[in-house]
Amino acid sequence: MNMELKLPIYLDNNATTPMDPRVLEAMFPYFVEKFGNAASRNHSFGWVAEEAVDYAREQVAKLINADPKEIIFTSGATEGDNLAIKGVYEMYASKGNHIITCTTEHKAVLDTCKHIEKTGGQVTYLEVQPDGLIDLAQLEAAITDQTILISIMYGNNETGVIQDVKAISKIARKHGVLFFTDATQAVGKIPVDVQADGIDLMTFSGHKMYGPKGVGALYVRRKNPRVKVTAQMDGGGHERGMRSGTLNVPGIVGLGKACELCMNEMESEAKRLSAMRDRLQEGLMVLEETYVNGNTEHRLPHTANISFKYVEGEGLMMGFNKDIALSSGSACTSASLEPSYVLKALGLGDDLAHSSLRFGLGRFTTDEQIDYTIDAVKNTVTKLREMSPLWEMFKEGVDINAIEWAHH
Amino acid sequence: MAYSDKVIDHYTNPKNVGTLDKAKTNVGTGLVGAPECGDVMRLQIEVDEESGLISDAKFKTFGCGSAIASSSLATEWLKGKTVDQALAIDNMDIVEELNLPPVKIHCSVLAEDAIKAAINDYRVKNGLPELVAEKSVH
Ligand SMILES: Cc1ncc(COP(=O)(O)O)c(C=O)c1O
Ligand code: FES
Repeated sequence: MNMELKLPIYLDNNATTPMDPRVLEAMFPYFVEKFGNAASRNHSFGWVAEEAVDYAREQVAKLINADPKEIIFTSGATEGDNLAIKGVYEMYASKGNHIITCTTEHKAVLDTCKHIEKTGGQVTYLEVQPDGLIDLAQLEAAITDQTILISIMYGNNETGVIQDVKAISKIARKHGVLFFTDATQAVGKIPVDVQADGIDLMTFSGHKMYGPKGVGALYVRRKNPRVKVTAQMDGGGHERGMRSGTLNVPGIVGLGKACELCMNEMESEAKRLSAMRDRLQEGLMVLEETYVNGNTEHRLPHTANISFKYVEGEGLMMGFNKDIALSSGSACTSASLEPSYVLKALGLGDDLAHSSLRFGLGRFTTDEQIDYTIDAVKNTVTKLREMSPLWEMFKEGVDINAIEWAHH
Repeated sequence: MAYSDKVIDHYTNPKNVGTLDKAKTNVGTGLVGAPECGDVMRLQIEVDEESGLISDAKFKTFGCGSAIASSSLATEWLKGKTVDQALAIDNMDIVEELNLPPVKIHCSVLAEDAIKAAINDYRVKNGLPELVAEKSVH
């Protein structure tokens, strides 16, 4: 075993990232020593807090090429999804009631849209192509005179597939429809530029980019066009009236620092991670009947979603989850017993969805860890296939689809 | 969710993985589950015609660790039993032995179904009527 190998290995960075120690260091003074309320205008405690928030707002804005005034601090991406979609729906009710989104969005978007349908709104859920990308012609065709918002995520959390955001925003502009993107998995990982990308609203989250949990930001465009959202919580009117509540100063400071670090390190980090990810993928693809899910060209640099046919994901993870943390699209890991809806939306059969693993690399992933992972996954797949009746049938040339399975 | 030591043990060192000759009249084969559901279990018994005892049992399972452990345990329990004794194996015995949490009960149900299916296959092959099990709900 390599001396430098650190166990256990964390390859679930799409679920959450560890915090960068430099972020913690920046946050530290704002718990005990500089504890002021950023809204306290009459004393130095408040001023110190406000100054820290202003600075963080600049760090955040800079990363995405926005104006600091366009940044609304939130509790995370879920809140940002809710605030953007419900906020636009209510604010622009006089213009229309139709929203377009797609089937591979995060639940925070999909369930918000379902909520809107219950209150009388119309939602179109675009299907994705087998590579996970939406069909732009379908998107344009779905726009009606009632459409007020297009909500399409930037990079997918399960497959890493990156949508053609520039093309989507062009279509939105052409029809005078606002464009919101859930960029939780993309910001800090790949260049995201709200001007060049033509984004009107965008949510992202601290804990996916080496910052703290429980803090995030919603970008709301102020010029060309000026966008407003209806607040979803009543209160003191913080954040330009769009998001009330005493600001989470240490969290915001941490988010700011995380953005600054990503700004400085993203380019080299993305290169390093995509090289490691590709090596991991190639190392695993030597196994027979192994498939990468989603477009591999338009993909986040740190993500690979791979199906190992004829073995079940949870059983597979059990072979190494003492040492390697990652996640599977298999149902048995989820309470619902339904395999990943994202993979199913790509047209994968339930059997392949059940056989998938998601590898999410991160800032602290090492080459030694990748080597170890390749070996561990390969060995376990091989071992479990020897134990799999489906593998035996496949090897004997039995058509598994022709068998009458007792569905339950 | 953490697995019990017994599940881990069966998963790491599964007992009786393999294939019996399904063409033999004294071998019964049960294939249950479905790939779409994320679990397929094949369980086989071989009955010694003189003693009427199950002389060998093998399994192959596509599924989670609990499903693999349930089938491994089932094959161990089957060996040396008469067919009638084997019919009495209840999925809750497996749940208890392996300490399965509620979300994993269906893995044990699958093992019970596989035992019953294997026995039925054996019965039909030997000119005995098929037993109609009460339908288990997964
Ligand atoms: C694409 C996407 N949107 C939203 C969220 C929710 O983020 P948060 O945990 O900050 O609410 C996540 C995280 O799972 C995500 O990956
Ligand atoms: S086979 Fe599905 S949880 Fe065990």
